[in-house]
Amino acid sequence: MNYVIIGNGAAAVGAVEGIRRTDKENPVTLVSNEPYRAYGRPLISNLLSGKIKEADIYLRAENFYEVQGVRPILGKRATGIDLEKNRVLLEIGDAVPFDRLLIATGGIPFIPPIRGKDGSGVYTFTTLDDAKKLAARVGKVKKAVVVGGGLIGLKAAEGLNDRGVKVTVVELADRILSSAFDRQAGDIIERRLREVGLEIILNNSVEEIVRVRGRVKGVALKSGEMVEASDVVIAIGVVPNKAIVEGTRIITNRGALTDEYMETNVAGVYAAGDVVEPTDLLLGQRRVTPIWPNAYIQGKFAGMNMAGSRKSYGGSIPMNSIEFYGIPTVSIGVSNPPGEGYEVRTSGDPAENVYRKIVFKDDRLVGAVLVGRIEKAGVLTGLIADRVDVGAFKDELLEGDFGFVRIPVETRRRILAVAR
Amino acid sequence: MKRVYAKEEVCIGCRLCEVACVVEHSGSKNPVKAFKGIKPRPVPRNYVDEGGPLSFSVNCRHCDEPLCVAVCIAGAMTKDEASGVVKHNAEKCAGCWSCIMACPYGVVRVDPGKNRVVKCDLCDGRGTPACVQACPNRALVFEER
Repeated sequence: MNYVIIGNGAAAVGAVEGIRRTDKENPVTLVSNEPYRAYGRPLISNLLSGKIKEADIYLRAENFYEVQGVRPILGKRATGIDLEKNRVLLEIGDAVPFDRLLIATGGIPFIPPIRGKDGSGVYTFTTLDDAKKLAARVGKVKKAVVVGGGLIGLKAAEGLNDRGVKVTVVELADRILSSAFDRQAGDIIERRLREVGLEIILNNSVEEIVRVRGRVKGVALKSGEMVEASDVVIAIGVVPNKAIVEGTRIITNRGALTDEYMETNVAGVYAAGDVVEPTDLLLGQRRVTPIWPNAYIQGKFAGMNMAGSRKSYGGSIPMNSIEFYGIPTVSIGVSNPPGEGYEVRTSGDPAENVYRKIVFKDDRLVGAVLVGRIEKAGVLTGLIADRVDVGAFKDELLEGDFGFVRIPVETRRRILAVAR
Repeated sequence: MKRVYAKEEVCIGCRLCEVACVVEHSGSKNPVKAFKGIKPRPVPRNYVDEGGPLSFSVNCRHCDEPLCVAVCIAGAMTKDEASGVVKHNAEKCAGCWSCIMACPYGVVRVDPGKNRVVKCDLCDGRGTPACVQACPNRALVFEER
């Protein structure tokens, strides 16, 4: 039995650990185009800002692959999957045969067709190499533009701002963090980012990256304005990196499609992480949710099932935890209700950077946005995931002093007595 | 593995388990110095939930499939395969609060004034955890179930 994993991010690490849960013997080969051992991808912003060193970014001990019986092939791109001969084709060197395959190729930055995007001075921000390239520019860059006011863009902006670069963020929507957070949360973070020196331009987009003799001089906005900059980071979002399965029998939609065991329509071929379009547990439909925790957990389920278990991955709940300049934030589940039938309650003091929003559907909790105070956020995550009837203590959930004492005794004992 | 379990029918809500936790994890092991001498004041790694006549201590379950470990982007949370203890490496912690977002028991806390979390270590090396030992009405037990 040969296991092969394409990718080396959260899903791949989860898969290795999932496979080894039951199968301690058979070889695992892991192929990644990145030349590094597995690292905590969201930490690249801490590396750029100088809060951590490269040695601190790695997710597992240096001997992880050795201990887990994994042969890592790092720095080589897998270029194709031969489903007839069950092998993964590499750009250089031999093909790698597999009996069970995991596609964990992650996401790739979405880059719109902006004029002038090709050439030096334009970056993305999803890999360690991206962070290193930007870090190498520190000291030489005075002004930079970040295209996109979502989680990745703002973290890139924070990292650059921390290193003394004057940063302007350009966001198409009328608020930042529009997909993961709501308006109020976005407004609090926006105010804080302006306080620390970021410039944020909303309701606008970059028409052209303006170059003079090839060198970036700034960006021309849709509104007609020019923003001067020598470097531009495009961070609009990521899309599933599914190129390797296109043209094969493996079915994809926006991302690769799997069953509840993370197996694709081709027996023995699994997929996990940002390349997948999983079922959103709360909306009951498929939705690309490229977030780290789900990638790891999907990878672990895939790994366990590749090794012969039969464990169902229930579905994804979107969740994000991120701090901006001393303001911690968490969003879980439905942060922006998509239609009628939801009950929304809010509390806090936005002027003091404290805000709490709880979203109910009937007597079930389905979403939460926490800004400033995030203690016990996971209790809410648990109530959402377990679909606990919270009808009797909706107000307590809003005030944040919610206790398990309010949950009916049977449910409470079930939650507290058992270790997950 | 042995875990700490609460018996809500005998908990008197005195919060001595919280005090014992703070003291045990202080350098001085002295309650006054642990609470008054350290600024900002440290937090216990357990907490007493209280409502009307009902109270009980909530503490880390040291889960078999710990979500705090699954979501840790820094590799700071680990499940020790031999002992079963879910351990936290403060040196590696990036202060991203993902574990706080994920733990359904709410027992991972922000280490006050620091960019990292703290959590129960079952009083590593101590034998019976301090919270269990401190409970005046044996509302906490440390046992295999």
